[in-house]
Amino acid sequence: MTRKKEKTVQENIRRKRVERIIHGIFLMLGLITVGCVLLITIYLVISGIPAMRTIGLKEFLFGQKWASTAAEPKFGILPFILTSIYGTAGAIVLGVPVGFFAAVYIAKIAKGKIKWLLQSAVGMLAGVPSVVYGLVGMMVLVPGIRKLFKVPDGASLLASIIVLAIMILPSIIKVSVTALESVPPEYEEASLAMGATPIETYFRVSVPSARSGIAAAVVLGVGRAIGEAMAVMMVAGNAPNMPTLFESVRFLTTAVASEMSYSSGLQRQALFSIALVLYFFIMLINAALNFFLKRGNVKQS
Amino acid sequence: MKTNQLPIRRRAYIATMKTIMWISALITCALIIGIIVYVFVKGIPFISWDLLSTSPTYIPHHIGILPDIMNTIYIVIASLVVMVPLGAGAAIYLEEYATNQKVVAVIEYAAETLSGIPSIIYGLVGMLFFCEFAGLRTSILAGALTLVIMNLPSIMRTTQESLKTVPQSYREGAFALGAGKWRVIRTVVLPGCVDGIITGCVLATGRILGESAALLFTAGFAHALNGFFQGLMSPGATLTVALYVYAKEQGEFGAAFAIAAILMVLTLGINSLAMWLENHFKKLREQGYPQEKSKE
Repeated sequence: MTRKKEKTVQENIRRKRVERIIHGIFLMLGLITVGCVLLITIYLVISGIPAMRTIGLKEFLFGQKWASTAAEPKFGILPFILTSIYGTAGAIVLGVPVGFFAAVYIAKIAKGKIKWLLQSAVGMLAGVPSVVYGLVGMMVLVPGIRKLFKVPDGASLLASIIVLAIMILPSIIKVSVTALESVPPEYEEASLAMGATPIETYFRVSVPSARSGIAAAVVLGVGRAIGEAMAVMMVAGNAPNMPTLFESVRFLTTAVASEMSYSSGLQRQALFSIALVLYFFIMLINAALNFFLKRGNVKQS
Repeated sequence: MKTNQLPIRRRAYIATMKTIMWISALITCALIIGIIVYVFVKGIPFISWDLLSTSPTYIPHHIGILPDIMNTIYIVIASLVVMVPLGAGAAIYLEEYATNQKVVAVIEYAAETLSGIPSIIYGLVGMLFFCEFAGLRTSILAGALTLVIMNLPSIMRTTQESLKTVPQSYREGAFALGAGKWRVIRTVVLPGCVDGIITGCVLATGRILGESAALLFTAGFAHALNGFFQGLMSPGATLTVALYVYAKEQGEFGAAFAIAAILMVLTLGINSLAMWLENHFKKLREQGYPQEKSKE
């Protein structure tokens, strides 16, 4: 009898141990995302700092000339930073209005088949690989800009802005639609009962109460635009100029991508520093995004 | 109240807003239709059995994309194999084990951060960590592991969402019968979140097919035709990377458009599959969770 009891006690201890081990394994799996973020941050900081030190932070961030392979190399990334900022701003200026109005239409007005059609169109836009955007931009936009504006080469900031605006459209629309659809119907009903027409209600009641979600959509678009590399690489021309609308430009992302494969020494380290600057921008944008998402209580999808 | 009884200013406002919305919705539709039609018109004439079934050679000059197709398949398989246990495990931890809200918040914040990091940065860190530090060199495997980190948040989210729909009473029933936590997870929770894992896998496949910047420096540009295991350890271009190389560096636009058309068919197909699956699973859930479970 006692032996049997002892056995069950031992069995219980064994079971508990197994449970604890499995709990540990799942904990590790759970922490894996945290590990990845740390890994990325640490690698970027460690490999990005040395070049900034060697070149000098001020000269690196505010130097206007990038000539990494010249006999007397210059590593100023101000052109890239400004191009990234102008390019993103341009994409937002073009993309947000279209995305916003399309989102209101999808969320509030479109019904049945038309709504389904529009939502599938947005889903499909989101699924197009960025190289395909790049290819279409290269074959349609670049020659188009060259002919339309009579410039020597259409591969320019303008072409990148248009491509980026198209690429951020689906994220803006999706998040805005979610935000608009989660506006409590009572708000709208109250407005309608006061004699406002549906359209006035959507723009004066629904939109203001979904403003956090819409702000999150815009910030998400900013993040997408600033981080896009391949499509932009195919249409921007990649010359390290200070940004002007019709000249070939280089973004932070494309600066890394275009020289990485043949870089070495200080040039390679400088590329990592560029990535670190980009990462810094992305972290700022993420923080803003989280702020708006929390306030608007919308899930990013 | 009828619209035409309103003062002119309000009528003008409504009409303007309506028009702008119409135009915006139309632009969105026109963009995707335009891109699809353009890519197909330019690409389909170049798709031939010869293109799909051969390797490229320099002498004589010939383009074939079979190695790129195989590399894409390898990279999808390798990523999914690693990603599913990691992502599903993390989701199970968050939903079933975690009791400390702070830990949950940190993990979810990390996942959100991961989904905001641009792919070029993944490519760079993947190159530093997997190719150089871990000694994998430029290889399909290094590319696949990089993609695993990229896609973890999305598979975590889909699994978590389906875990939330497993009724709490099932877990309690199993516990009441004397099952341990692990047994409950194995027999009750895991079968309940298979749909989330499948949806996550389909979504991840779509993203992997379209990914290029993260693979440029991790998986490389080679066009050699290899078997699966040899392929994993050697560099290879996926379809997207091949498209980039043909279009940007070699000026082979015919081949580039052919690949683009194939990619469009694949990604559109996979994305619609993902949407269909999501709706389908949702319906199954709503119709009868209990009957579905009682079969097991």
